[in-house]
Amino acid sequence: MDVLKKVPIKEQNPDVRINNFDEVCLGYNIDEAVLEAGRCIQCKNPRCVKGCPVSIDIPGFINAIVQKDIEESYRIINKYSALPAICGRVCPQETQCEQNCIRGIKGDPVSIGKLERFTADWARENNIKPKAPEKKNGIKVAVIGSGPAGLTCAKEMAERGYDVTVFEALHEPGGVLVYGIPEFRLPKEAVVKPEIENIKALGVKIETNVIVGKSVTIDELMNEEGFEAVFIGTGAGLPKFMGIPGENANGVFSANEYLTRSNLMKAFDNNYDTPIITGKKVAVVGGGNVAMDAARTARRLGAEVMIVYRRSEAELPARVEEVHHAKEEGIKFYLLTNPKEILVDENGWVKGMRCVKMELGDEDNSGRRRPVEIEGSDFTLELDTVIISIGTSPNPLITSTTKGLKSNRHGCIVADEATGVTSRDGIFAGGDAVTGAATVILAMGAGKAAAEAMDNYLRNR
Amino acid sequence: MSENYEYTIVKKLKLADAIYLMDIKAPRVAANCYPGQFIILIVDEKGERIPLTICDYDRAEGTVTIVFQALGKSTKLLAEYDVGEAVRDFTGPLGQVSELVKMPSEELKKKKVLFVAGGVGAAPVYPQIKWMKENGYEADCIIGARNKELVILEDEIRKYAKNVYITTDDGTYGMKGNVNDAIKYLVNEKKNIYDIIVAIGPMIMMKYVCILTKELEIRTIVSMNPIMVDGTGMCGACRLTVGDEVKFACVDGPEFDGHLVNFDEAMKRLSMYKTVEGRSKLREKEGDTHHHKGCECHNS
Ligand SMILES: Cc1cc2nc3c(=O)[nH]c(=O)nc-3n(C[C@H](O)[C@H](O)[C@H](O)COP(=O)(O)OP(=O)(O)OC[C@H]3O[C@@H](n4cnc5c(N)ncnc54)[C@H](O)[C@@H]3O)c2cc1C
Ligand SMILES: Cc1cc2nc3c(=O)[nH]c(=O)nc-3n(C[C@H](O)[C@H](O)[C@H](O)COP(=O)(O)OP(=O)(O)OC[C@H]3O[C@@H](n4cnc5c(N)ncnc54)[C@H](O)[C@@H]3O)c2cc1C
Ligand code: SF4
Ligand code: SF4
Ligand code: FES
Repeated sequence: MDVLKKVPIKEQNPDVRINNFDEVCLGYNIDEAVLEAGRCIQCKNPRCVKGCPVSIDIPGFINAIVQKDIEESYRIINKYSALPAICGRVCPQETQCEQNCIRGIKGDPVSIGKLERFTADWARENNIKPKAPEKKNGIKVAVIGSGPAGLTCAKEMAERGYDVTVFEALHEPGGVLVYGIPEFRLPKEAVVKPEIENIKALGVKIETNVIVGKSVTIDELMNEEGFEAVFIGTGAGLPKFMGIPGENANGVFSANEYLTRSNLMKAFDNNYDTPIITGKKVAVVGGGNVAMDAARTARRLGAEVMIVYRRSEAELPARVEEVHHAKEEGIKFYLLTNPKEILVDENGWVKGMRCVKMELGDEDNSGRRRPVEIEGSDFTLELDTVIISIGTSPNPLITSTTKGLKSNRHGCIVADEATGVTSRDGIFAGGDAVTGAATVILAMGAGKAAAEAMDNYLRNR
Repeated sequence: MSENYEYTIVKKLKLADAIYLMDIKAPRVAANCYPGQFIILIVDEKGERIPLTICDYDRAEGTVTIVFQALGKSTKLLAEYDVGEAVRDFTGPLGQVSELVKMPSEELKKKKVLFVAGGVGAAPVYPQIKWMKENGYEADCIIGARNKELVILEDEIRKYAKNVYITTDDGTYGMKGNVNDAIKYLVNEKKNIYDIIVAIGPMIMMKYVCILTKELEIRTIVSMNPIMVDGTGMCGACRLTVGDEVKFACVDGPEFDGHLVNFDEAMKRLSMYKTVEGRSKLREKEGDTHHHKGCECHNS
C-alpha cells in the first residue's frame, strides 16, 4: 500500500445510482478503516484538530481504531460531537480538519471524515449509545429549531443535567438534515433518525409542530412555561429568488421546495402522497451544495439536468466531492452563464431560459472576481423546469415577535460568536440563524459554545 | 390508523355533500390563533401537508374547528376519520391575523363591512363575522353556492351577521345568480354603501368580485389559497404577485388587497399539480405505472 494515498472508498457506480436514492458512498469496512487509520502519524501537536470547529480529539479516536477498539473510538468522538455519523458524511473536511493534516503536505491527508463515519456507523450497528446523565438539576431550558445547532445545544445541556425541550416548526426534527440534504448523501432512517434518538435518550424532549413566534412566543416560554434560558437555532430557511421575468411560471421552484418535497415529504417514493414535478430537462441555477443536491435529485427522478452558474469552476462554492459526483452522474455544467429571463408558454409553463455569457472581471469585496456580462452573447436553453438555488436567509418570524432581540440588515440574529449571547438576557443564538447559510459543523460548534455560555449564565445568576 | 397521535378529532359533522366540519384537539394552536389564520395538518405517516383555514376555536377546550371539502386524495382520506381518531400532525396558527381584527377599533367602527363567501369560503368568513359581532361591530354577509344543498354554515353566520343574503347558481335557494349579482343588487339598488368587502371563495370567484368592486371603488380583501408545502416561508411554493411585488401567501398573507393580486397567474399556479395528482389517481387504479423506473428500484 502507498502510504501517501488514501485507502480508496467504495461508491455506488454512477450508472446504477442515478436510478436510486440509496447512499452513494458505501463507507469503509473495519479492515479498510484500520488500514487508513494507520496512516495517521499521531502528531504530538495535531494540526487537524485546529481545523475542526468542535475540536474533536482526532488522533485519539483514530488511534482507538488502530487498536480496533471502536467503542472507545466512539466514546472519544461523542465527547465532542453529537452527530458523528452525519458530520463524517457531510462536513467539508477538505477545507477543515483534512486541510490541516500533516499527511496532506506530501500526498493525501488522512481520511478523517470517512473514519469518523466508520466509527459512528459501527457504534450504531453495534448498539453503542451515549450514556444518559446521572444527575438532573431540574432547570428548564428551551431550544428552538432542531437542526444541528439546536440538537448540539440540547445534547450539551442535557449532559449537564438540564431539563431540555426542543421546539421544532416542522413535523420531523433535524432541520436541513431532513428537509434539505438528500437521502443519497445522508440516509434519514438509517443515519439521521438514530443520531436524533441518541439525543432523546439523554432525556431531551422534542416537541414538533411548534412554530415559535406563532404557536407560542419566546416571552411566553420564559414567562409562562418556566423556561429559564432559550437557545435559538432556527437556521436560514428563507429562499431567495432572482427577480427576473417568468420566475413565477409553473415549473419554477426554489431548491428548498424541490428538496423538501423529495426529502422531507418523500415525494420520490410512490407510497407517499406529496407530488413532485420531475421535469424532462431541468436547469438548476446556482453552484453551491444545495444546487448540487437539487441537480442530483432531479437526475434521480429521471431528468436531464444542467447546472447554470455565473462564475467559473474554480469559484463553485459546492464541495469538490459533490461537483465530482454530479459530473459522474451526467450533469452538464453551464459555467460563466447567467439567466436573464425564464420563457413561458401559453399555459403558464416554463419552456426555456434566456441566458447571457459572463467573463470574470475585477475582484469584488469578497475577494472573488466579479462576473460581468459579455454583450450580445445571449442564448436560449430549452427546458421545462428551473430550480433556483441562489441562497437563503433567516426567516424573520422570531426576530419580529421577540422584543429587544436585535438582528442585522440581512435578517441574521446578532449574537456573540464565541458565546451566542444575544441582545436579550437569557437568550442565546447560533448556527445559520446568526451566520447566514453556512455548514453543519459550524452550526454544531455554535450550539456547543452557546450551551457552555448558557450553563455559566444559569449558574452565576 | 391513528396510533399514538395526539391531535384527536373530538367532533365531526357532515355539512353538505363532501363538506365536513371537525373539531380537533390542538391546545397550542387554540391558545394563540385569530380569525384569518390557517393550520396545516398531515393525516397519516405518508400524508402531505394540507393547509386549512381556522374556522373557529375554543381556547378553554383547546380545540380548533376546520371545515373542508373532500376533493382530492388527502382531503378524502381525512373525511374517513371519525371522532376519537387522531391525525398525525397539526400545526399553526399560520399566516397573518385578519386585517379587520388588527384594525384600530376607532377606525373599524366607522367602516361598513360586507363579507362575501363562496362555497367552502363560508368557513373562513364565519370566524371573522363572529369576531366582529363579539367585539361590537356589525357586518352583512352574502353566501353564494351552486345549489341549496351546498350552502353551509348559514345558521351560524345568521347568528352573528346583521343581514344575510343567499345566492344559488340554480336558484334553488335565495336569489338566483352568483355573488356578484348580489353585490350589484346591494350596492346599486339598495344603495348600501360599503367601505370594505371581504371576499373568500374559489379563486375564480374572488377574481370576478375584484373586477366588479374595482369598478365600484370598494376596497376588497381576499384570502388566497395557493399551493403550499411548509407554510412557514421556507419553500416559496405559495408565491403570488401582488402589485409589483412577489409575496409568500403563507407568511405575508393569506389575506391581500384583492385589487392588487394577479389572479390569472395565481390560478395557473394552482393548477400545477393537477396532472401529477392525476397520476396519483391512476396509480390507485392501475398500479405503479407512472413513475420513473428509479423509484421502482428503490421500493423493491
Ligand atoms: C440542500 C442543502 C445541502 C447542504 N449540504 C451541506 C453539506 O454537505 N455540508 C455542510 O456542512 N452543510 C451543508 N448545508 C448547510 C447546513 O445544512 C446548514 O448550515 C446547517 O443545517 C445549519 O444548521 P442550523 O441548526 O443552524 O439550522 P437548520 O438546519 O436550518 O435548522 C433550523 C431548524 O429550525 C426550525 N425552525 C425555524 N424557525 C422556527 C421557529 N420559528 N420555531 C421552531 N422551529 C423553527 C426549522 O424548521 C429547522 O428545522 C446544506 C444545506 C442545504 C440546504
Ligand atoms: C391558506 C389556505 C387555506 C385553505 N383553507 C381551506 C379550507 O378551509 N377548506 C378547504 O376545503 N380547503 C382549504 N384550502 C384548500 C385545501 O388545502 C386543498 O383543497 C387541499 O390541499 C387539497 O388536497 P387534496 O389532496 O385533497 O386535493 P388534490 O386536488 O388531490 O390536491 C393536489 C395537490 O394540489 C394542491 N392543492 C389542490 N388544491 C389546492 C388548493 N385549493 N389550495 C392549495 N393547494 C391545493 C395540494 O397541495 C395537493 O398537493 C386552503 C388552502 C390554503 C392554501
Ligand atoms: S466534525 Fe468535521 S471537521 Fe471535525 S473532525 Fe469530523 S469531519 Fe473533520
Ligand atoms: S494532522 Fe493528520 S496525521 Fe497528524 S494527527 Fe491529525 S490526522 Fe493524524
Ligand atoms: S408554503 Fe412554503 S413558503 Fe409559503
